[in-house]
Amino acid sequence: MKKFFTRRLVVRLFWGLGALVFAFLLYAWRSPIPPIDAPAAETFDAAAVRRGAQLAALGDCATCHTAPGGETFAGGRAVETPFGTIYSTNITPDTPTGIGRWSQVAFQRAIREGVDREGDHLYPAFPYDHFTLVNDEDSAALYAYIMTRQPVRAQTPDNHLAFPFNMRFMMAGWKLLFLHSGPYEPDTQRDAQWNRGAYLANGIGHCGACHTPRNGLGAEIAAQHFGGGEAEGWRAYAINADSKSLEAWNAEDLHMYLSKGWHDRHGDAHGPMAAVAQNLSSLPDEDVKAIASYVASVMGKRSSPPASAGAGKTALDGAPSNDTGAAIYAATCASCHDGTRALPFGGVKLMLSTAVTGESSTNLINVILDGLHAPEGTAGAIMPGFSTTLTDGQLESLVAYIRSNLGAQPPWTGVENTVREARSRDRD
Amino acid sequence: MIELRVNGQSHNVSADPDTPLLYVLRDELQLNAAKFGCGLGQCGSCTVLVDGAPTLSCVTPIMLLEGRQITTVEGLGTAEDPGPMQRAFIEEQSAQCGYCIPGMMMRAQALLQRNPRATDAEIRAYLEPNLCRCGTHMRILRAVKRAAAMMTGPDASPSTHTPVPASAQPDTSETDGDSQRDRRHSEKRERPER
Amino acid sequence: MSKALVRGISRREVLRGTGALVLSFSLTPGVVLSQASAPGGPGGGKLPGSLGKNPLLDAWIRVDADGKVTAFTGKAELGQGLRTALAQVVAEELEIPFEQVSLVTADTSRTVDEGYTAGSHSVQDSGAALRNAAAQVREILIGEAARRLKMPPDRLHADTGAVIGPNSARITYAELVSANLLHVDAQPVSKLKDPTFFRVMEKPIQRVDIPGKVTGGGAYVQDMRLPGMLHARVIRPPSYGARLLPLDVSNIEKMTGIVKVIRDGRFLAVVAYREFQAIKAMQALSRVATWEEVASLPSQARLPAFLLGLPAEDHIILDKHDGAGNVGKPVEATYTRPYLSHGSVGPSCAVAHLTDGVMTIWTHTQGVYPDRRAISEMLGMPADKVHCIHVEGSGCYGHNGADDAAADAALIANSMPDRPIRLQWMREQEHGWEPYGPAMVAKARASLDSKGRIADWDYGVWSNTHTMRPGPAGSLLAAQHMEKAFSPQEPEPIPQPEGGGDRNAIPLYVLANARVTHHFLRHMPVRVSALRSLGAHMNVFAIESFMDELALAAGTDPVAFRLAHLDDSRARDVVTAAADEFHWADRPTPAGGHGSGFAFARYKNLAAYCAVAMQVHVDRDTGRIRVLRVAAAVDTGQVINPDGVRNQIEGGILQSLSWTMFEGVTFDDTRITSIDWSTYPILRFGSVPESLTVRVVDRPGTAFLGCGEAAQGPAAAALANAVASATGKRIRDLPLNAARVKAACNV
Repeated sequence: MKKFFTRRLVVRLFWGLGALVFAFLLYAWRSPIPPIDAPAAETFDAAAVRRGAQLAALGDCATCHTAPGGETFAGGRAVETPFGTIYSTNITPDTPTGIGRWSQVAFQRAIREGVDREGDHLYPAFPYDHFTLVNDEDSAALYAYIMTRQPVRAQTPDNHLAFPFNMRFMMAGWKLLFLHSGPYEPDTQRDAQWNRGAYLANGIGHCGACHTPRNGLGAEIAAQHFGGGEAEGWRAYAINADSKSLEAWNAEDLHMYLSKGWHDRHGDAHGPMAAVAQNLSSLPDEDVKAIASYVASVMGKRSSPPASAGAGKTALDGAPSNDTGAAIYAATCASCHDGTRALPFGGVKLMLSTAVTGESSTNLINVILDGLHAPEGTAGAIMPGFSTTLTDGQLESLVAYIRSNLGAQPPWTGVENTVREARSRDRD
Repeated sequence: MIELRVNGQSHNVSADPDTPLLYVLRDELQLNAAKFGCGLGQCGSCTVLVDGAPTLSCVTPIMLLEGRQITTVEGLGTAEDPGPMQRAFIEEQSAQCGYCIPGMMMRAQALLQRNPRATDAEIRAYLEPNLCRCGTHMRILRAVKRAAAMMTGPDASPSTHTPVPASAQPDTSETDGDSQRDRRHSEKRERPER
Repeated sequence: MSKALVRGISRREVLRGTGALVLSFSLTPGVVLSQASAPGGPGGGKLPGSLGKNPLLDAWIRVDADGKVTAFTGKAELGQGLRTALAQVVAEELEIPFEQVSLVTADTSRTVDEGYTAGSHSVQDSGAALRNAAAQVREILIGEAARRLKMPPDRLHADTGAVIGPNSARITYAELVSANLLHVDAQPVSKLKDPTFFRVMEKPIQRVDIPGKVTGGGAYVQDMRLPGMLHARVIRPPSYGARLLPLDVSNIEKMTGIVKVIRDGRFLAVVAYREFQAIKAMQALSRVATWEEVASLPSQARLPAFLLGLPAEDHIILDKHDGAGNVGKPVEATYTRPYLSHGSVGPSCAVAHLTDGVMTIWTHTQGVYPDRRAISEMLGMPADKVHCIHVEGSGCYGHNGADDAAADAALIANSMPDRPIRLQWMREQEHGWEPYGPAMVAKARASLDSKGRIADWDYGVWSNTHTMRPGPAGSLLAAQHMEKAFSPQEPEPIPQPEGGGDRNAIPLYVLANARVTHHFLRHMPVRVSALRSLGAHMNVFAIESFMDELALAAGTDPVAFRLAHLDDSRARDVVTAAADEFHWADRPTPAGGHGSGFAFARYKNLAAYCAVAMQVHVDRDTGRIRVLRVAAAVDTGQVINPDGVRNQIEGGILQSLSWTMFEGVTFDDTRITSIDWSTYPILRFGSVPESLTVRVVDRPGTAFLGCGEAAQGPAAAALANAVASATGKRIRDLPLNAARVKAACNV
């Protein structure tokens, strides 16, 4: 019998593999870009800085690149990924610990190709698969804005990633598979506003980073664009034809929701979306309208909207009567949520919210447990959290009641697990 | 009738099950400490502990609380024998009108029970839900710190207090919030210049 | 000391007061404690503090046959530590242990009428009265002992509740008192203790009320429980001028536990056995009541322009021309502030009980006598059939909902004899119906001479009245809403030197040429009244911001610039002390968003001196201000309790930071929209300074000066000046919230 793995074959395989590895390393190797002297703030055009501020707001840069209680853009925020914890970097123009010595070319390479000044690959927790769409002019504006921020001396903590993810050059392979380098190419079949919206939403806005499901390697599944995803323990709902909101969203609704953070027929933005809406409020209105019109077009005509409760129908047929949940709701929630006070300060009518009609119980449970915290020094809805008040059993009864009696939807599955996960996240 | 366990004692209360705990504590059980500040869960004046966790009693109907352990300020000690949190607030003279103080104390008690070595920054962050309109914040922070020291230090606190003059030194309040953050950063290996 | 003639009037009449309704204020700077009097008998010569209007000693101090000492004050404990401070004063002068002083506060049946506990007058007026009364009572007791021992009084002294003489002679106060011994008028001159010998005054004695408050003791009117007490809630209209449409309350009356539904014109209330039943009925009644509303409110966005456009009565309160006039290019600035809410953490509450034709009201009003007069007028009852007793509420910081809650409770109790009624306002009612601190506009113009000093100065302030306190019945919401409605009184300016909108409009600085005008605005679309420091917060914010703008124009350090214009030595000392406490001379150069600011004022130019220095960091991307270091100095004259002084100044600074950084009442054209903490955010722990120190400048032997409101103005201006230093941008419109700061930094 002839041995398959002859010595020759093995040697050839070895050399072949070596060549592949070598080729890959060659491919992965990126040259460092020489450091520059930190440019003085006055050298940047004020209009570009202003535009950069708006783009940075839309890109939500400050949220990731600022640690809780830390200086803006000085990094240090822990981003949990399935592969470990990554800390956002200091992107202030500080020279030793920030990006003060990055040229515009280096900056653009980072957002377009996910490579830092020294040539190291960046992890796609930094969503360069979206930022790659940013055009040259906007990239220059972002650079102008970032380089005119306050320099802050803050060393970025090391990431906690298991082997092999702690090998940065592996990202080259990820990019080979999943990064389609930009900039954005307009769709000639669509009008200018749609293209602007698509450019902003898919580019610097990186909406899909939360709202699109990901595969096992952490990349967005393009075929399910806007089909729903997760972000920091919250559900980012499907905002395509699979949307489960009770009432369909149109461009006007989206415009109001995105610029104000709430809509009286849909609810208000919580979790990571609250910061997004906050940031969008500083964008020119035409840009928000463009994003709204683009997303509305992606939603289009919905494939399977949830059944509405219908007049007089208070419980789904066949659902067991939930007196406990009803009593808890009436005593604990109804005073605000069935009250007369309008949004954004009153409680949303729960049946209108995707948190109740949607595909996941996570957000409803999160809000019941956490409530809404008072923003510092500005008006904003305050809701008490009930994590210390409700036992798991009471919470499950309440959630079931809300889902079936207010949302008139089939019960969610795995609510016990969702509750357990939500509780395990540190609160209070 | 609903049975509530408050400060270690069982009570059969006749209030309707949808009655918020605050009114039962104050009106039926005649406990003064937890206060009505807003009834909306916005100000923390009504804070009590439920199974050791801080809870806003103004938005908590008693139907949810059977079998749970409820603790109010009255459960921390008495005028004749004040507990460490109470002693700390007296020693720091940590009140102006005093209306918000019981809520502050219960919130702080919850923190120190789970994290007796809470830092200044942690105490500040933890007390965020509680409002004080008189501006007693600096003293409240000092009182909580003092209570923490009493709770973790050697057990030498007297059971009765004699009037102790407040320190003649100007009052200061320190935080190490910044140093806390820097410490975390500097713990990590220095990264090469990027 | 000879006894004055005993008057032929009853003590009760004296205690009832004169019936004249005035703010209790003194028209001379400070209070002179040991002034030689003009000749004359009782009432002749000036008596210190509130003794002037209430000269009988036993209206203030009583010694019982068992030696128990009770002191009486017409002022109230508001959380400012007054109970403790006044007890210290009495204990000191009367030579008794502090713990043995029993203090009765504002009660129309037991104490004198000292008007309102307001204006930082309590220590100045009541403290002075009690101190002198106690000293004189001591001397009377010594005199009585001398008579019995047949010894000259100067061989005796008082100590620990007894008069001590040679050869171990000792007679206790209990043994010395007799029926009318203290029923004599006070003298203008008192033998006051030398501060060197103080045992309790000037000591940081712990407050007597704190132990009870932190151990669940009953302390507030909210804690009162009377036998048979019922719980009530009012249903207020949705806006000021709303008219109630026909209403069927029968379903509400049928709700569980409801005893009565009251409707009197627009005044609606429910009364129940249990508190939560009352709340539910209130909510149900709110839902069925329909109102016809009137859009009567101005545009919030254009409020300053609206105020400037109102008809104004111009009062020129300073007009001096003593030197060469305008020599240079003038610096001009306009400053604004919105309506500010008292925002008491505990919504107002009162308990009222009509029994045997007498209405007793337990209330946290700042003025039991004025509130009683207004309520008795409202009810059509003789004033002596209405009895108001002060019980603490949460901090009020001026005229909040307390007087109205008392009137609400009384109106309800009036229709339910023999049932004690507990009336509690809801959070939305306190926020929506309290009278606010008025919105104001100030315009400043000045020029500098060749030496960089102020050559001329013109300042104008536009404001509504800062007092609509009871007053007549028409000052009360219940009286305005009932069927037989009363109209609110005509607003009036408070005259200088106290001032209302023009309080502290005249700077303490030496200005050769200066004109200051108070533009009094009569029309009040929004309900307003007294908020802590009245116009001083705004005027000091404006003037001290402007001083920094002038200092910048002169190229002078802000502290040096102020010192160059101050000749009041105590003012100079306070400024120097604050600068020293802050290490002003070594402060870092503004950079990287960091900056420092300074401000000074003497409250009303009559009361305490206060200077505040502040270091901030401003994040120009978010507009967020972080207050890092605050250092303050205060001269409050003779200190009673140094810790109490520090507490008031710390609290005033933090409250002023909240007002100045975050606050403003919001409204649309019909309704007030800032009705809870979500819509009216205030300072939370995340915005508290990292450090705050207060240096008390000691002035033993001088007059008491009120300090409760001294920090509001300087703190506001120090913050504004620090922000200007940190960002290079001068913001003149309050509040300095993140949106405004961000916009200013990113033009």
